[in-house]
Amino acid sequence: MEKEPAPISKKVEEFLQVFKKGEEFTQELLKENEKLRYRVAQLEEVTKFSGREGTYKMHSMEERIKFLEDENRSLIERYRVVEEENKDFANRYIEVESENNNLANLYVASYQLHSTLDFNESLKIILEIVMNLIGAEEFSIMMLDEKTNELTIVAQEGMGPEARASVKLGEGTIGAAARSGESFYREGDPTDLVGVDYLHPLVVIPLKIKEHVIGVIVIYKLLVQKQEFSNVDYELFSMLAGHAATALFSSKLYSQSERKLTTIQSFLDLLKEK
Amino acid sequence: MPEHNFLVVEDSPTMRQLISFALKRIPGSKIVEANDGIDALKKLSTQKFDIILTDINMPIMDGLKLVSMVRNDPAHKTIPIIIITTEGAEEDRKRGLALGANAYIPKPIQTADLLTVVNGILGNK
Repeated sequence: MEKEPAPISKKVEEFLQVFKKGEEFTQELLKENEKLRYRVAQLEEVTKFSGREGTYKMHSMEERIKFLEDENRSLIERYRVVEEENKDFANRYIEVESENNNLANLYVASYQLHSTLDFNESLKIILEIVMNLIGAEEFSIMMLDEKTNELTIVAQEGMGPEARASVKLGEGTIGAAARSGESFYREGDPTDLVGVDYLHPLVVIPLKIKEHVIGVIVIYKLLVQKQEFSNVDYELFSMLAGHAATALFSSKLYSQSERKLTTIQSFLDLLKEK
Repeated sequence: MPEHNFLVVEDSPTMRQLISFALKRIPGSKIVEANDGIDALKKLSTQKFDIILTDINMPIMDGLKLVSMVRNDPAHKTIPIIIITTEGAEEDRKRGLALGANAYIPKPIQTADLLTVVNGILGNK
């Protein structure tokens, strides 16, 4: 028997179901499309923002680098200034040390010069100062005899027998310095010596009380390790010119007065006995 | 503050005063002065010293003899010795160091140089 064809209503129903499924599928596709479009929009937004942030970060980093470079330059400059200051302080420290050394030398020399009223001890102290503090090897102290106008050696160190014991006022370098009252310093290198020349000393320092010359200190040769005169040496020469003169003069007067006092005392004792 | 005892051996009062003046700048320094080698040995027998500073040319007993005697004395042979002298020739320096001196300073002295040497020796003790 021939199969009876499906009724039309059934076909319509089947078609409607297919259509409905198609519609549902289309609806899903549309939703999916909407979701994707939203996602795309989101991604675009993120990309756009990231680009802006990257640019911002880059700019910020550049500013930071510039700041650090400026800071680095400023630190280098500050370091340079501090370094300069350090050098200045180091130089100042050396100057202060040197000044301290000079003052110590001058203080000790002055203190020792006025520590005695004994003429011979005063001479010994002057010799010590010239040898130990200035660094002279051959030198002498000459006193002026105002009656004969002659300078005579009263103390010396290291000098040979060929040295003259006395010099007339105004005679040669020594006599001229004593007459003028001006210190004499031989030009050139003080160590540039073949041998000691007693006619041409290195230094002549007149010993003066005010403008009155009572003697001279004469230096002929320096110690082997003494290469040149330093500032403190000139200060010491200047100090010796005045203080050594006063020390020698006062100790001489004191010795004379002591002798006179002893003579008078003996005379008085003699009178008492009678 | 650590105490540092110095023995200054010098026949010249000027130099004794100048050296003592410089050493007083070291905190805790105590200075004893002697006129010559014999005087120094007497003081060494009654007191302990951290450093001896001695001249060479002195009456009665010179500085080189003093260095030699100190170095041969078991009780004092380790005391550092600084020679301060007008004898500035190289052979003099060698002779002083060969006898056992720790340092050799020619006169005229610079106080800063002296203090550098003294502080160097104190730092190494």
